[in-house]
Amino acid sequence: MSLAGQIVNLIAALLLLVSFAMLSQRRVRDLVDLFMIQGALLAAATLVTAVATGQSHLYYSAALTVALKVIVLPLILRRVLRRLALETDVELLINIPTTMLVGIALVVVAFNMAVPISQLAGTITRGALGIALACVLLAFLMMITRRKALAQVVGFLSMENGLFFAATSVTYGMPMVVELGIALDVLVGTFVFGVFFFRIRETFDSLDTSHFEKLKDR
Amino acid sequence: MSQFLQSPLSSILGVVAFWLALGTIGVALGRDRDGVRFVYPATALGGALIAWLAGTALGADPVSLVLPLGLPDLPFHLRLDSLSAFFLFLLGLAVTGVSLSAAGYFRAGSSPSPGLTCLQYHVFIAAMVMVILADDAYAFLVAWESMALASYFLVTTDHRHEEIRAAGFLYLVVAHVGAIALLVCFGVLQGQAGSFTFDAMRGVTIAAPWAGVAFSLALVGFGAKAGFLPLHAWLPEAHPAAPSPVSALMSGVMLKTAIYGLLRVTFDLLHTQASAWGVVALVIGLVTALFGVMFAAVQTDMKRLLAYSSIENVGVVLGAIGLAIVFRAHGMASLAALSLVAALYHCLNHAVVKSLLFSATGAVLHATDQRSLGRLGGLIHRMPWVAWLALVGALSLAGLPPLNGFVSEWLLLQSFLFSPDIPDGYLRMLVPLATAALVLAAAFAAYVMVKFYGVVFLGQPREPSLETAHDAGPWERAGLVFLAVWCVLLGLFPALVIRRIDAVTVQLLGEGLGDAATRDWLFLTPMATERASYGPALFLAVIASAVLATFAYVRVRHHGRLRRAPAWDCGYPAQTARMQDTAEGFGQPVKQIFEPFFRIERVIPDPFDRAPRYWSKTEDRLWYWLYLPVARLVAAVSAQVARLQHGRIQWYLVYSFVTLLALLIFIRL
Repeated sequence: MSLAGQIVNLIAALLLLVSFAMLSQRRVRDLVDLFMIQGALLAAATLVTAVATGQSHLYYSAALTVALKVIVLPLILRRVLRRLALETDVELLINIPTTMLVGIALVVVAFNMAVPISQLAGTITRGALGIALACVLLAFLMMITRRKALAQVVGFLSMENGLFFAATSVTYGMPMVVELGIALDVLVGTFVFGVFFFRIRETFDSLDTSHFEKLKDR
Repeated sequence: MSQFLQSPLSSILGVVAFWLALGTIGVALGRDRDGVRFVYPATALGGALIAWLAGTALGADPVSLVLPLGLPDLPFHLRLDSLSAFFLFLLGLAVTGVSLSAAGYFRAGSSPSPGLTCLQYHVFIAAMVMVILADDAYAFLVAWESMALASYFLVTTDHRHEEIRAAGFLYLVVAHVGAIALLVCFGVLQGQAGSFTFDAMRGVTIAAPWAGVAFSLALVGFGAKAGFLPLHAWLPEAHPAAPSPVSALMSGVMLKTAIYGLLRVTFDLLHTQASAWGVVALVIGLVTALFGVMFAAVQTDMKRLLAYSSIENVGVVLGAIGLAIVFRAHGMASLAALSLVAALYHCLNHAVVKSLLFSATGAVLHATDQRSLGRLGGLIHRMPWVAWLALVGALSLAGLPPLNGFVSEWLLLQSFLFSPDIPDGYLRMLVPLATAALVLAAAFAAYVMVKFYGVVFLGQPREPSLETAHDAGPWERAGLVFLAVWCVLLGLFPALVIRRIDAVTVQLLGEGLGDAATRDWLFLTPMATERASYGPALFLAVIASAVLATFAYVRVRHHGRLRRAPAWDCGYPAQTARMQDTAEGFGQPVKQIFEPFFRIERVIPDPFDRAPRYWSKTEDRLWYWLYLPVARLVAAVSAQVARLQHGRIQWYLVYSFVTLLALLIFIRL
């Protein structure tokens, strides 16, 4: 395997590690830091792929990732955190060891899923697809097990990271138009969520999503 | 370019674009009510143009056109052939008359937002034209749904009333049940033909079981729009709720688009018909007709009465179509042509007459603010224009010669009288029964019209406020006169009309009535001179001369011996409005005789009650037997589904997570 391929695999492994770290992290503030690291790793992986394959649009992708996921989104999230004074612990629905065990099972499932697809893909980074899929599922799991709305937003963004990584590893990234569109969506989505946080807190005096039960029909 | 303008199809599309532009102008004019109502005469001009263009296209070779709209690989296919030309002609006539009177109707207080109503009105008629022109399933359904939605918004124009919103909801639900049936029907046809274009469907002959499935689905789908039993429940709710011009178009034209669709699928897209389909259609049609007319007889709201009468008329049309299918399946093409001509003629008559009568109720509603028959009466003195023109419509709907209603009923009866020739013993036994049902329905229709006309226009006013009722304005008069003139023309010259309609039967059945039936413009001889013929002009001449002779005789004999006496003084010197027959009273015999068909709630006061109150409510049994159980079932199922709704985001995420995992694993397997 080429050097670039090995580096990408290493970064992929780190990404998976970060995903597990996010799953086990209690503090929302540290969750945002982990999200930033994940973004940086993703940008690095894209950059390495770009250098190794000479696909010029991947450079733009990497730059976009750095700008959006390492700088802008963490800034917005930290601002929201400060404004809402939310730097305390995250309340979990399921305890951390159980979550981790479920996470391991998900990784196994993800790798199993990825086998036929990565055999079809002709890219140097195809081995990373399983990890990318695992990142998506783990982020999803994180969204399910957290109570605070903010943690769910981080989970959502992290899921998008996993998808992005999957696209890079299988086909050297999506077409630029699609990538730009998704980047914009994520940015706008974060703003909308930001607004919602304030509205939610105004309504329920808390960001705990279990209060949403009151919104039911009956 | 000139080629483009010469083709009638493109000119019709031009009118559609013109209508849509008028709708936008209506929105732009917004709440300026008097500005908005002058859009409608322009609409009427477009309607007349369409009627004229369609008249020229009747019998001409089919014209096709592909519009670059729609799905990437399925643009809108349009086609103008004799069948669509006939229904466009009908639409053009009705739209012309109704739009003229709409210019008078929408003058004040009729709609909270006249601009939007104007837009929806134009979208509605444009969509109906597109339904008739569509030549692929996709374009057809797009137009069909636009028509349904536009009419839904028109029905709920006065959405501040709870019962109007409920009527609109019921209409929307039934319309969508029908649309789903149509979607599946076209799916079945597409599955056999391999393409969504009607051309491809025409090209293949579909085997018996699938053709039967397609026909049944079409009957359900179009039946929901036409109001065949048991999918009729929306009709008497939605028609009274809508503004009168809209009720006129819904009853006069929209129900006919359903008939059009049924004919298109049954005779044009499917090539062979089974006799059993015809029997089903015949039975449903006649049951619908009897049901409609019986309920019309006991109504106390004039628009509901007309709505039930519409149910009756589409039932008669369906019965005629059923008979045509039976004849066709037994290879009796010329008799099939006769029943089909009767069905088409009845569609045309009903479109004109119902537009006339609904527009007349609009004028009455405006003048009196009353819809209840118990509060009207004697309007012939206050509103002579509306009353005399409505009389033309009422006589025509009652099926009296020499007006148009008689022609189609006579033709239909003729085709029923020929049915002993059918080589099937059971069918021969069914037919006398069906004929009896048809005749009963026709007789009741006359009864209903006597009730409608007598209670609204004759006698004495039942409310003091009616004394000040004013006659319709010039626009409403123009619209009513236009429609009434067509009632007379269609009645007096049936041979000329049928010569045109015959092009449709030739297209659908491959054989028409032929020249012999219509060669003589004075006489209509559908089969053979020795069997039966009908000369409406002669009939009119005889009636007119008899009336004139009587008049002349009385004038010569009794002239100068004028004697003035108090009116109605035969033992009733103090006659009041409360002494005349009421709508309830007039319908009472029907209610008594056919009691098992109605669900009647009566509260009869105690004989010693000092302040007695009597009321009774007549309802549709089907509502309790079919609609409410279905509604309860849906509510129960959705209550079960609602258990999924916890209100906890985490659980919702788990649902999507599990779905995602399941799908991934499914793909892996």
